[in-house]
Amino acid sequence: MLNYFPEEVLEHVFDFLTSHRDRNAVSLVCKSWYAVERFSREKVFIGNCYTISPERLIARFPRVRSLTLKGKPHFADFNLVPHDWGGYVQPWIESMAKAGVNLEELRLKRMLVSDESLDLLANFFPNFKSLVLVSCDGFSTDGLAAIASNCRFLRELDLQENEIEDRRGQWLSCFPDSCTSLVSLNFACLKGEVNLLSLERLVARCRNLRSLRVNHAVPLDALQRILAQAPQLVDLGIGSFVHDPDSEIYNKIETGMQKCTSITSLSGFLDVTARCLPAVYTICRHLTSLNLSYAPGIYSDELVKLICHCNKLERLLVLDTIGDKGLGVVASTCKELQELRVFPSDLYGVGNAAVTEEGLVAISAGCRKLNSILYFCEQMTNAALIMVAKNCPNFIRFRLATFNPTAPDAVTMQPLDEGFGAIVKSCKGLKRLSVSGLLTDQVFLYMGRYAKQLEMLSIAFAGDSDKGMLYVLNGCKKLKKLEIRDSPFGNAALLADMGKYETMRSLWMSSCEVTLGACKTLAQKMPRLNVEVINESDQMEASVDDKHKVEKMYLYRTLVGPRKDAPDFVWTL
Amino acid sequence: MAHQNDLNLKATELRLGLPGTDESEDMVSTAKNNKRASPASVNDSGLNSAAKSADNETSSASKAQIVGWPPVRSYRKNNLQPKKADSETGIYVKVSMDGAPYLRKVDLKVYNGYSDLLKALESMFKLSIGEYSEREGYKGSEYAPAYEDKDGDLMLVGDVPWDMFMSSCKRLRIMNGSEAKGLGCAL
Repeated sequence: MLNYFPEEVLEHVFDFLTSHRDRNAVSLVCKSWYAVERFSREKVFIGNCYTISPERLIARFPRVRSLTLKGKPHFADFNLVPHDWGGYVQPWIESMAKAGVNLEELRLKRMLVSDESLDLLANFFPNFKSLVLVSCDGFSTDGLAAIASNCRFLRELDLQENEIEDRRGQWLSCFPDSCTSLVSLNFACLKGEVNLLSLERLVARCRNLRSLRVNHAVPLDALQRILAQAPQLVDLGIGSFVHDPDSEIYNKIETGMQKCTSITSLSGFLDVTARCLPAVYTICRHLTSLNLSYAPGIYSDELVKLICHCNKLERLLVLDTIGDKGLGVVASTCKELQELRVFPSDLYGVGNAAVTEEGLVAISAGCRKLNSILYFCEQMTNAALIMVAKNCPNFIRFRLATFNPTAPDAVTMQPLDEGFGAIVKSCKGLKRLSVSGLLTDQVFLYMGRYAKQLEMLSIAFAGDSDKGMLYVLNGCKKLKKLEIRDSPFGNAALLADMGKYETMRSLWMSSCEVTLGACKTLAQKMPRLNVEVINESDQMEASVDDKHKVEKMYLYRTLVGPRKDAPDFVWTL
Repeated sequence: MAHQNDLNLKATELRLGLPGTDESEDMVSTAKNNKRASPASVNDSGLNSAAKSADNETSSASKAQIVGWPPVRSYRKNNLQPKKADSETGIYVKVSMDGAPYLRKVDLKVYNGYSDLLKALESMFKLSIGEYSEREGYKGSEYAPAYEDKDGDLMLVGDVPWDMFMSSCKRLRIMNGSEAKGLGCAL
């Protein structure tokens, strides 16, 4: 009686809850709130596609319109997970099609997507508006053609870092003349040619286009014509930026850029003549986001000249060719910087210069708003990390990778325990951490003691004993994802607190000291966990004994038991 | 025993260094030995000998290569062209014109193809070169562009694909149309 509150009012209140975590919390209050919430939920986020089945999802949230799914474990990015491990989107699309779900948005990360799936998507969801694919593969330009041809109200087609097979079709030409709804189009990762005329026409008729990222096959003269049609762009990804800077086309581009006063995000330069870069100086002053991490061959000096114009930058992605000096310029120019990623340019050991701890310290001293960093460097020191921790206590994400994964402090030759310890102690809001370099159990003691908000932790070649892993499992109360490779953590650590894994999304351990027997024990005691063992090298299952060390183990909580699509080399215990 | 098996498996992975880069490799193996408490000497020699024997088979790895390290997305690994020293500096070649007081230099890398290059030359030397045809060269125009290739031969510009031209052209020469007649004639 006391609790009578019309459902419509509750629903209206819940409309204001946009984060899925808030919505999840609200649904736990009582049965009636659970019921109201589930019928009004439109956006669902599923961090691990094997935690729940499509049928159960649809049963609980029949009005779902937007679905986000993640498939393979994060270490799949680094070739540690076999290609056909799993993460298929097909069953999800099939179930939703059968149930008549009014799907409008689909966002996938590290999933296997087939042309058949894209075809289904394009033909069974008449209101489909937005497709975002990140690090997916298994499909080709034929699938894109299906989307382009059939999704009448398509607003967003965003392809980020996918391996897409080029079938040399004219997928871009498949957008009908009646398609004018595009707001965002990103095909930078496509390897093949696109029909430039179709692209220009498409841009011309989509007056609401805000974001356009093209691939390397779109040359500078085509870009100039496109910009002339779309001065309203907010986000631009340039394909090929190669031309004679003394030519007329180049002058046209320069003038064209001046008219694009709304561009705040710039990326691409997949092929670039550095001497053409001055053409973009005019838009630099408005930029809040700049991604040059796929632009080969720009010298530090040229990068610096460009960045000098970018004093509003909040997000910067570059290659380590920028050098420590270049980072010094970033530090003095980009006072609003919040996120920095410095990627390695030299992936084949050719011996190009890289950045060191000096660059990182300079950035921390100049960019006090910094809260997210990914830094690949040649060397690191405790003193530098301690300084960084002092300068920037607001880190939410801190990821460091030294080229030699067990490199000690470059000056003192000590482990980097104290440096990372300072980071976790100072950055009380730290949610994501990746450590690197020579590290003992001590660094994990610090993590357990101080990293109270930590949700995701990546460990490689670190620690001395089970104690290390135990410090983390016991101390990091909010831990959701833990991934460990090549570290001496074994059965004692794995089995000490089995209940902990039900509070986490997943645990990955590869090339550690965990044995098959321990994995079996864990699987047996915890029915709501899937414990998968990936064994690519061993042949017959029968001959493997329990004392044998497991090559790769991935465990995750689930409501639906062992998955039925696991390939031969994945054993769910 | 079990450790030995593990390390042998790992030794067959491509974790190699050229002679002289043993230090980083040693650091990796030594660090691992500390953690795994195995007899250091046996494992060290195991890894190093595997490395040296496989060394002959690979060419470019100058750092120890570990699977999945540095932790870079495979998309990035596959799509970022490795930087080679000469591609940073541009391909500058001398351009001479018969009768001109001094030579010029152009960077072949800034041009997208032959038409770009020829337009640039026309503008640089204030002349007209005309259309290329496979059969007749630059017939009918005042000047013909020629180049000296790797073998020292004087070649007509335009016969080979642009990329091939870029890598074989050592020097450009703009010849008088009359002198170039010999070059343009069909065989």
